[in-house]
Amino acid sequence: MIPGIFEYHRPRSVGEAVELLAALGDESRVMAGGHSLLPMMKLRLAAPEHVIDLRNVEELKGISIEGGAVTIGAMVTQHEIIGSGALAAACPLLRETALQIADPQVRYCGTVGGNLANGDAGNDLPAAMQALDADYVLVGPNGLRRVGSRGFYHGPYATARADDEILSAVEFAVPPRRHGAAYLKQKRKIGDYATAAAAVVLGLSGETCASAAVSLTNVGDTTLFAEEAGTILTGSRLDADTIARASEAAKAIARPAEDPRGPPDYRRHIAGVMVRRAVEAARDRALEVTDA
Amino acid sequence: MSDQVESVEARAEKLQGLGCARKRVEDARFTRGKGNYVDDVKLSGMLFGDFVRSPYGHARITSIDAEPAKALPGVVAVLTAEDLKPLDLHYMPTLAGDVQAVLADGKVLFQGQEVAFVVAEDRYAAADAVELVEVGYEPLPALVDPLAALADDAPVLREDIADKTEGAHGARRHPNHIFTWEAGDAETAARAFDQAEVVAREMISYQRVHPCPLETCGCVASMDKVNGKLTVWGTFQAPHAVRTVASLISGIPEHNIRIVSPDIGGGFGNKVGVYPGYVCAIVASIVTGVPIKWIEDRIENLTATAFARDYHMAGEIAATRDGRITGLKCHVTADHGAFDACADPTKFPAGFFNICTGSYDIAAAHVAVDGVYTNKAPGGVAYRCSFRVTEASYFIERMIDVLARRLDMDPADLRMKNLIRKEQFPYTSALGWEYDSGDYHAAMEKALEAVDYGALRAEQRAGREAFARGETRTLMGVGVSFFTEIVGAGPVKNCDILGLGMFDSCEIRIHPTGSAIARLGTISQGQGHATTFAQILASEIGIPADRITVEEGDTDTAPYGLGTYGSRSTPVAGAATAMAGRKIRAKAQMIAAYLLEVHEGDLEWEVDRFQVKGNPERFKTMTELAFAAYNQAVPGIEPGLEAVSYYDPPNMTYPFGAYVCVVDVDVDTGVTGVRRFYALDDCGTRINPMIIEGQVHGGLTEALAIAMGQEIAYDEVGNVSGGNLVDYFLPTAVETPAWETDFTVTPSPHHPIGAKGVGESPNVGGVSAFSNAVNDAFAHLGLTHTQMPHDHWRVWKTAERLGLTG
Repeated sequence: MIPGIFEYHRPRSVGEAVELLAALGDESRVMAGGHSLLPMMKLRLAAPEHVIDLRNVEELKGISIEGGAVTIGAMVTQHEIIGSGALAAACPLLRETALQIADPQVRYCGTVGGNLANGDAGNDLPAAMQALDADYVLVGPNGLRRVGSRGFYHGPYATARADDEILSAVEFAVPPRRHGAAYLKQKRKIGDYATAAAAVVLGLSGETCASAAVSLTNVGDTTLFAEEAGTILTGSRLDADTIARASEAAKAIARPAEDPRGPPDYRRHIAGVMVRRAVEAARDRALEVTDA
Repeated sequence: MSDQVESVEARAEKLQGLGCARKRVEDARFTRGKGNYVDDVKLSGMLFGDFVRSPYGHARITSIDAEPAKALPGVVAVLTAEDLKPLDLHYMPTLAGDVQAVLADGKVLFQGQEVAFVVAEDRYAAADAVELVEVGYEPLPALVDPLAALADDAPVLREDIADKTEGAHGARRHPNHIFTWEAGDAETAARAFDQAEVVAREMISYQRVHPCPLETCGCVASMDKVNGKLTVWGTFQAPHAVRTVASLISGIPEHNIRIVSPDIGGGFGNKVGVYPGYVCAIVASIVTGVPIKWIEDRIENLTATAFARDYHMAGEIAATRDGRITGLKCHVTADHGAFDACADPTKFPAGFFNICTGSYDIAAAHVAVDGVYTNKAPGGVAYRCSFRVTEASYFIERMIDVLARRLDMDPADLRMKNLIRKEQFPYTSALGWEYDSGDYHAAMEKALEAVDYGALRAEQRAGREAFARGETRTLMGVGVSFFTEIVGAGPVKNCDILGLGMFDSCEIRIHPTGSAIARLGTISQGQGHATTFAQILASEIGIPADRITVEEGDTDTAPYGLGTYGSRSTPVAGAATAMAGRKIRAKAQMIAAYLLEVHEGDLEWEVDRFQVKGNPERFKTMTELAFAAYNQAVPGIEPGLEAVSYYDPPNMTYPFGAYVCVVDVDVDTGVTGVRRFYALDDCGTRINPMIIEGQVHGGLTEALAIAMGQEIAYDEVGNVSGGNLVDYFLPTAVETPAWETDFTVTPSPHHPIGAKGVGESPNVGGVSAFSNAVNDAFAHLGLTHTQMPHDHWRVWKTAERLGLTG
């Protein structure tokens, strides 16, 4: 549990961080909260020669909600997500999701950007961001670009982020008032990754589902956007039969590995249960808003 | 003079003696971060050791090249088996009479086995060097299924003893066979089964788990080459036994070895044995002449130091049609891993597993245990229980439920019908134990009444009907267990470890001003000895507990003892404390007689003083007598006030209890919620109710962990899983339900203060209560038994097999 030798860098700006990343090359890694990278280094599964710690980069901090858009800096901690009343009012899904990440100690350090950029299918926030159709802001030597969360994840720890880029922020539109969302996660214990988890965002028009997005955590090589499940739900009245079909459609794309949480069949089944329960919860919440 | 006006009750309260919920004196330092653990020991010039470990479960070592590691700056030495052979230290004796490789000798036998020991100037250099030691391996077929260990075509694991047909515990019939151990009478048992009206059978496996103390194992060894003295600070549950073993292994005279157990962050059996890290650190310190620290990390602790359980129990239980149990048979296949390093009294290679008739009056019983080698880590320790008692209790408590299903009887009724009756104590079991005392029916009745058992069953029936109608997807389960522990090992006539009788000791010195220090042969790892032993003594000698220091763990100062495990501290060292206290009091009585100018027989003891019978105004307090012992020349009596007692218990003690657990199973996910847990414990005389409650809370939490999630598992090639805290279930406050505790008091008739020990009871009784509850949730659908741990997917699988999902 002791990492190999590495050099430690602590830039003060995104520009400086990007320059360091370019200068130090392939053997350098950006560190946000460190709660994924440091354990990997201690197990010597990762052995970067340079660690670029973003903790002093002020411009990566802060949550803004303006003109119907939410921007969250990469270095906002999961604890800050939970603590932000304005964010919870605009988008309760993120607080619900963040509360299910690891434990309070981890969330004091763990960041939004780290959780999104890491590319581990077990991270919880990517599914919420896919359900919200968020964009990630990437900054590199050639400037800034935006990549949709739904197309960001390519494989285990492989994402659309180039090696010389830093994920600086995440942006999404404030969901309409008459929406409902839920993140349902089954885990063995506090601190565990999901056996399976599902994020759902529904928009309602009357009692009809006007829009629906479903995403799955930890049942494949990457976070999985369950497009067909959303399509099935959209236009329906969110009756039991439709929800069951959406749940089956989501299960169909799940490819969980065998691990101590259970064999693939079981984890796929749990993915279906999480989708069903998340849709039901999101529907009930949306209906409450409508009635209010 | 204020003593004269104080009432007896006020003076007794001031002592904070037996029965007082005195706050733990240890907590002041622990809660302020001022504990002193082995990793806090920092000595000048100290070097650090770290292990190269086997990535394979079974492989031949073809080469070891340590040169690249030795070339790394900061690296002092790299030890391999070849370096230890000239010292004859490449193998070390185990507590079970086997030998264990200190560093792998030509072959590795489990994943994580120690192959080379790197010594460096700091931990970082040591860890870097470990990566640079190049070891060539030729993988061999691994043996991970204990039930296949004795097959003709099983791979031979222990080439070093392959030809030995006789082991430490009798004949070996296969190279992978360690021993066969039997108890009870096979013929009587067979007859009972021949005549039985009903026989139920079940294969009950208790999975491999690990005690997982929060502090891992470690030591600092320091050889002083000037005076020839070796000092070892370490996480030792039995410091004196370690000293003796270290002397026997190293040849260093025992007076030149000092073993110190500083604060220990939990043991639970994991810190009883001797590990290669200790031997390597000692050898390295002898060779280099400087102190060597070795501290294992979490993965090393979980995968290479002592595991627990791994018992596979084929059971048969015979009964009359109306539920009178007439016979019990059990054959155990015991997976001991690659070396037999179980920590049991020497004459009991299967521990006290023959307590497996439990709390029931069963006339005929027979057990046989076969210990076998596999490609897994060695160990087999008593994880928060007495030796193999949790296995035994789990076995009988599951068998009772299995029989209840067969008879279509309520499991609580079946228990009530067969519990040993109060008037049968002392009760000799068919498997040879003499239970000291108990009132089982009273305990069981109190428990069932406390939880309103009848109402729980009614609610369960209604819930099952609602489930059948499709109104709910939750099933309720009620688990009942009634356990009998056997603790306080033990009488020297049949209990020893490597020839060391399992007595324990206490030495007391009373200071002139009426305060005291007591030293014991035990060592607290969280049990609160400094609090409770002072209370025992306070009641015995009339000095307030706050004025008594309790010291343990330093072999240069503490009297010889066998340490703390198997709930033996209170039954054995607690008894020694009381007995030593009585010696102090006897001498104080002689001094009092002299000072009061009366005959000794004219004095009576009252709380904190001797007073003249019939004339209580004439008295001498213990404080006065202590001072007198140091300043009065009493004819015929030596000055000073000290005593030592070595206590050899006449029998074990037998704590017992009745537990009830209520669970709700979500059949769609397998998630099982513990709604309620009621624990009634009878540990005899209660020394400190608050510490008892804390012990019960902790033990139940570990029982929850074992029943619901803990498992050290191996795949077919010997890769271990569960070796980290992502996968190994260590409950936090979030997973831990609220515990309801209760008690009855049935003192032990042979213990000086009637105490029986409690630290491990909740684990012994708890595991089966949880497991019975989960099984009970599905009982109406024909389920009799499912294997632990009852984690989400296994519970869901049970539901699926019963056709409840889909």
